[in-house]
Amino acid sequence: MIGIVGYGSYLPRYRVKVESIAKQWGSDPEAIKRGLKLFEKTVPGMDEDTITISVEASKNALKRAGIDPEKIGAVYIGSESHPYAVKPSGTILLEALGIGNDVHVASYEFACKAGTEAMYTAYSLVKADEMEYALAIGADTSQGAPGDALEYSASAGGTAFIMGKQNVIAEILFTHSYTSDTPDFWRREHEFYPRHAGRFTGEPAYFKHVVNAGKKLLEKSNMKPEDFKYAVFHMPNGKFPQIAAKKLGFTLEQIETGWIVPWMGNTYSGSSPTGLSAILDVAKPGDKIFMVSFGSGAGSDGFIFNVTDKIVDVQDKAPKLKEMLDNNKIYLDYGEYAKFREKIILNQ
Amino acid sequence: MISPKYAREIPQRYRLEAAKCKSCGKINFPPRLVCPRCKSREFETVRLSNEGKILTYTIIRVSSDTFSHQTPYAVAIIETNDGAKLMAMIADSDLNEIEIGKKVKLVFRKIQDEGVWGLHCYGYKAVLI
Amino acid sequence: MKEVAVIGVGMTNFGELWNKSIKDIFVEAALKAIDNAGVDHIDSMYIGTMSGGLFVGQEHIGAVMADYLGMNPVPATRVESACASGGTAFRQAYFEVASGSSEIVLASGVEKMTDGVDVTAALATAADQEYEVYNGVTFPGLYAMIANAHMHQYKTTREQLAAVAVKNHRNGKNNPNAQFRNEITIEQVLNSTLVADPLRLLDCSPVSDGGAAVILCSMELAKQFTDSPVRVIASAQASDTISLYERDSLTTLKAVSDAAAKAYKQAELKPDNIDIAEVHDCFTIAEIVVSEDLGFFEKGCGGAAVEEGKTSLEGQIPINTSGGLKSKGHPVGATGIAQIIELYEQLTGQAGKRQVKDARIGLAQNMGGSGASCTINILEAV
Repeated sequence: MIGIVGYGSYLPRYRVKVESIAKQWGSDPEAIKRGLKLFEKTVPGMDEDTITISVEASKNALKRAGIDPEKIGAVYIGSESHPYAVKPSGTILLEALGIGNDVHVASYEFACKAGTEAMYTAYSLVKADEMEYALAIGADTSQGAPGDALEYSASAGGTAFIMGKQNVIAEILFTHSYTSDTPDFWRREHEFYPRHAGRFTGEPAYFKHVVNAGKKLLEKSNMKPEDFKYAVFHMPNGKFPQIAAKKLGFTLEQIETGWIVPWMGNTYSGSSPTGLSAILDVAKPGDKIFMVSFGSGAGSDGFIFNVTDKIVDVQDKAPKLKEMLDNNKIYLDYGEYAKFREKIILNQ
Repeated sequence: MISPKYAREIPQRYRLEAAKCKSCGKINFPPRLVCPRCKSREFETVRLSNEGKILTYTIIRVSSDTFSHQTPYAVAIIETNDGAKLMAMIADSDLNEIEIGKKVKLVFRKIQDEGVWGLHCYGYKAVLI
Repeated sequence: MKEVAVIGVGMTNFGELWNKSIKDIFVEAALKAIDNAGVDHIDSMYIGTMSGGLFVGQEHIGAVMADYLGMNPVPATRVESACASGGTAFRQAYFEVASGSSEIVLASGVEKMTDGVDVTAALATAADQEYEVYNGVTFPGLYAMIANAHMHQYKTTREQLAAVAVKNHRNGKNNPNAQFRNEITIEQVLNSTLVADPLRLLDCSPVSDGGAAVILCSMELAKQFTDSPVRVIASAQASDTISLYERDSLTTLKAVSDAAAKAYKQAELKPDNIDIAEVHDCFTIAEIVVSEDLGFFEKGCGGAAVEEGKTSLEGQIPINTSGGLKSKGHPVGATGIAQIIELYEQLTGQAGKRQVKDARIGLAQNMGGSGASCTINILEAV
């Protein structure tokens, strides 16, 4: 049996409400809440970035896995906000966690699906018997340009998964990836904020890839939507995953548990992985979970998980996603948010 | 931060490695070559507990240029549960809630940036629990 | 060891000396001391400077100052022990005379702090760079942590801290060399801007330029130059952990009590034999803690003592009659020497309106960092 042996998430404590952002740009917050189904989003502290989020999420994953960090043979961090343009994020993480030096490390980038790429690679390496455990992380401190629609969604957080063969809590039954060259969203080197192609990010990008990956995954597994207790899709806003679910034949009830985007925002590479984390927090043995990520550019990775008996042993060993989402929030006004996200020009 | 100077402190700053004196048991953070308590030169490497309490603190309102964008921020002396002591910034906290004796957890955070071109410098900070 | 005397002193005004370079400041102070002592030469010189490199980009301070004082080829040694550089330079000069290897030695200190550098960062180099400063602490912050611990443990009050600043400004008003010659009130201190809680702007010594110098020679030689030499009866020094967090107690400065024990032993004196003291009040809390660690008051009673006037000019042990670092100014390298100058003026009856009646024995306590180094020199009127 191969799959997840430990998982853990981390969300910053800071939040900014849709109202605060809308007020700044003269927009109607009610229209945004209604249209995008977004209410507030996480904001990283000035001392947080993809690496610190990855470290804290991985500490929680290690608590659940209960393994010696030195047994981890690979560390992959997927993010579109790696703090360095050139210098790996995972090297810092492996020192922080005491993973040791006999390890393969890479930084992944594929817009919002870099986290599931990391998961797929980690899973495949364990499956190939290359190593006992592999650590995969999807984390971001995503940026949206001031005044852009993305500013309501781009948030911060991440989730880590340790893949292995011993004491698996969620077995990976099937995977499928669907990819094409679709320029719906990009950021050039040295540019601070990403650009996107407006409504082109919907039908030909998000929906085409999520639905095709989902369909192929159902075909491959010979399973039907009703076989699943839970489903989670990439959540660029509240609305898209609901539509994708319907297109694939899933109900809103199936996606409800992992549909955390209205209060978390879009944690980009950490989006569907963190949705999965929220599901694993409450899943019961035997539950099947359907997951499809999406990354602009564009591609989707799909996974089918079977939750094992071991899940109940680990759920309480680290903070649960809902606790992080609902508790200890510190609200920022737009000015503080702009300072935190380095949107204000300072003298260096 | 000059790279070699930064890199050699990584075990302490990233994962709280300390030197426990094999003779008297004192946990020295950071590690030393001579135990200040018993003069022994034999140590074993240990990792500090990441929980502790505040012995004293202050709120920095006027900082050096390196930290000026973060003011006001709290700095505290923490005694970890294993009896070692260290100095750390307190993150994510209502500054009015910080008190001597309060329990904290040590977390991994970015401590400072070397301008816009240099290293991101990481380490431990405390958060109230 | 020979008996050693101070026979002449000189200092610049302390303050923002925009038109004077570090060389100008040093030379002015040194010439005043040489003229005041009436010596026609010196055999050696010591200069206490914390950081010429960081403040003005100049190291090799010994050679620079010997050259500009016109003293080549006299040996010149720069001494650094952060804010205790001056006291430590004095101690080295004392040894050179006491050992008999030189007859007349100049002990001095100088700092030029207002040339536009990040003073907070420069001063912070006196703390541990990797484990204190790296984590965002400043010098006001370190002493603020001592203050919070002292207030927590001994119920020292915010008003008691303020009383230190008020007293020192009252004294400094009568010191013609002081940077601030104005009186302040408790309310002004309590309403001043917070720097590092609980310390406010008026709890902190200022950023200053200034130089100070004294001339030492043996007691027997002193009689050739002056009828009123001042004898050095103790010179002690101690070290403690560079990091505040590594101390067993956060409310005691152990280097101070260790150095004091040695100094009292050398002088065969007890704390209550001291008539006046210049102590290192870089922050108000420092004066309170030091007054306890010097044995003037029970531990925890230093705050009440200043509030009750025990350390005022007319009190049982007048502390910082010069105005202290708070009012007189704190050009860090010069401070330890300026303390000796105040003792000299008091013990020779030249302190004017600040004069403490019948002052015979004076103690100067100078410390570096958060108390990682401390010098104590005790002087006696002859």
